Amino acid sequence: MEEFLQQFINGLTVGGIYALIALGYTMVYGVLKLINFAHGDLFTIGAYLGFTLLTSFGLADKIGPFAAIAVLALMVMGLVAVIGIVLERAAYRPLRNSPRLSAVVSALGASIFFQNAVMLIYGARFHVYPQNLLPKIALNVFGLYVPFVKILVLVASVAMMVGLYVFIQRTTIGAAIRAAAIDQGAAKLVGIDVNGVITLVFVIGPALGGLAGLMVGLLYGQIKFTMGWLYGLKAFTAAILGGIGNIPGAMLGGLILGVVEALGSAYISIAWKDAIAFCVLILILIVRPTGLLGERVAEKV
Amino acid sequence: MLLQVVDLKVKYGNIEALHGINLEVKEGEIVTILGANGAGKSTTLMTISGLLRPFHGAVYFDKIALHKKPAHEIVKLGISQVPEGRRVFDTLTVQENLNLGAFTCKDKARVQKTLEWIYELFPILAERRSQLAGTLSGGEQQMLAIARALMSQPKILLLDEPSLGLAPLLVKTIFQALKEINRQGVTILLVEQNARAALKLAHRGYVMEVGHIVLADSAENLLANPEVRRAYLGGK
Repeated sequence: MEEFLQQFINGLTVGGIYALIALGYTMVYGVLKLINFAHGDLFTIGAYLGFTLLTSFGLADKIGPFAAIAVLALMVMGLVAVIGIVLERAAYRPLRNSPRLSAVVSALGASIFFQNAVMLIYGARFHVYPQNLLPKIALNVFGLYVPFVKILVLVASVAMMVGLYVFIQRTTIGAAIRAAAIDQGAAKLVGIDVNGVITLVFVIGPALGGLAGLMVGLLYGQIKFTMGWLYGLKAFTAAILGGIGNIPGAMLGGLILGVVEALGSAYISIAWKDAIAFCVLILILIVRPTGLLGERVAEKV
Repeated sequence: MLLQVVDLKVKYGNIEALHGINLEVKEGEIVTILGANGAGKSTTLMTISGLLRPFHGAVYFDKIALHKKPAHEIVKLGISQVPEGRRVFDTLTVQENLNLGAFTCKDKARVQKTLEWIYELFPILAERRSQLAGTLSGGEQQMLAIARALMSQPKILLLDEPSLGLAPLLVKTIFQALKEINRQGVTILLVEQNARAALKLAHRGYVMEVGHIVLADSAENLLANPEVRRAYLGGK
């Protein structure tokens, strides 16, 4: 039982990270019907920017570890959001009226570009996050061992998700994003600046993806320029699992995938960790291609 | 002149869909555009609303040139369109659809007043305000589409085939509502295939054929015109 709970919490932590990345995939897909294959690399960039900011300013010594992490998170989110806007302007907007496949190829090209850019700037070796940043405390209850950094990651990702959900469901801008995802033409006809909505989506998605990169750096301590590929693929699986285009779906899909993966690697074999995640993808595509929360509203004529 | 379309030419790819359209709508009028499928009626409305760009000609609204403005700014000027096929936001509630209709209005009190007027016009929408728009019947969706367009408090309302696919009784309800909306001071430009109903409602009408306007006259004259009767009213 303890083992189960321990793995469950590990799964939720990783799942929260998957969910944050998955939100970027699902929001872009919702509005543009495009899988942004460069999204995993924005996540990598987030991890590397976090590394640079952390090691070059010595923020933690000046303002304390918690304030440092908060400032770091905001800076990473802001910077990756800017890269997201540039990505949309340069790689996707010129292809807005082209066949969908052109934009997909452009996305793959952007992914290769970002990955190689990170490699050229930082080198192909692993980089290691400073390990003495967070206090080495851990929660020890019911025989569970939960290090502080995991709690931080879990709480932060849940807070982000709740915040996004409220923003999307309760505000006018959120409703405008949903409307643009349903019917861009009709959204324009009620006066919504659809280009503005798309830009906003390319702010929110990359910001969350970049934050997830920073979280992985803090959690595992090790980052590599190719890390975006596997995390991107997992998060994409999570988005499909929840129903692509569906925002709560991406959150749910991420958490479920993280937990399934953690439990699977504990009870079956750690070597099967990735295989288990992709079996989930295959299974969901066979059994319920619309995803868990993928909605189907009857069309009335 | 509230709305003026001058020698408008629009292409889809290499195919010219409008070959130089001229039309005018005065303040307070109901003007209808009749024509068969593919005559270019919807293209005309889409171009006025800024979803399509003309390669020649101009659209003026209160002397402001519309044909270079993006669609969302055109809505702000006071032009609202009810698109063909209703296109309500089906996974949003009725209330959310209406709120989005007022996306361009910042004055909360006026929005609330418009909302009350709309619920008076279409009481059924008030009953269904928390329902998803996709679960409404066809007629209710059409009412919602009109209501959503009215929420921006337009000076002119463009309607593209509001009677499409509706039962005759519902068509009557919709057209009565349009008459009431016009009585409240909203100018209407109505594209219809239901020529008889449209001409009974309108003050003036244009007849379009394959990208040209072939006739422009008062509604009574068009109703009496033997050509129009033969081609559009099914009469002899």
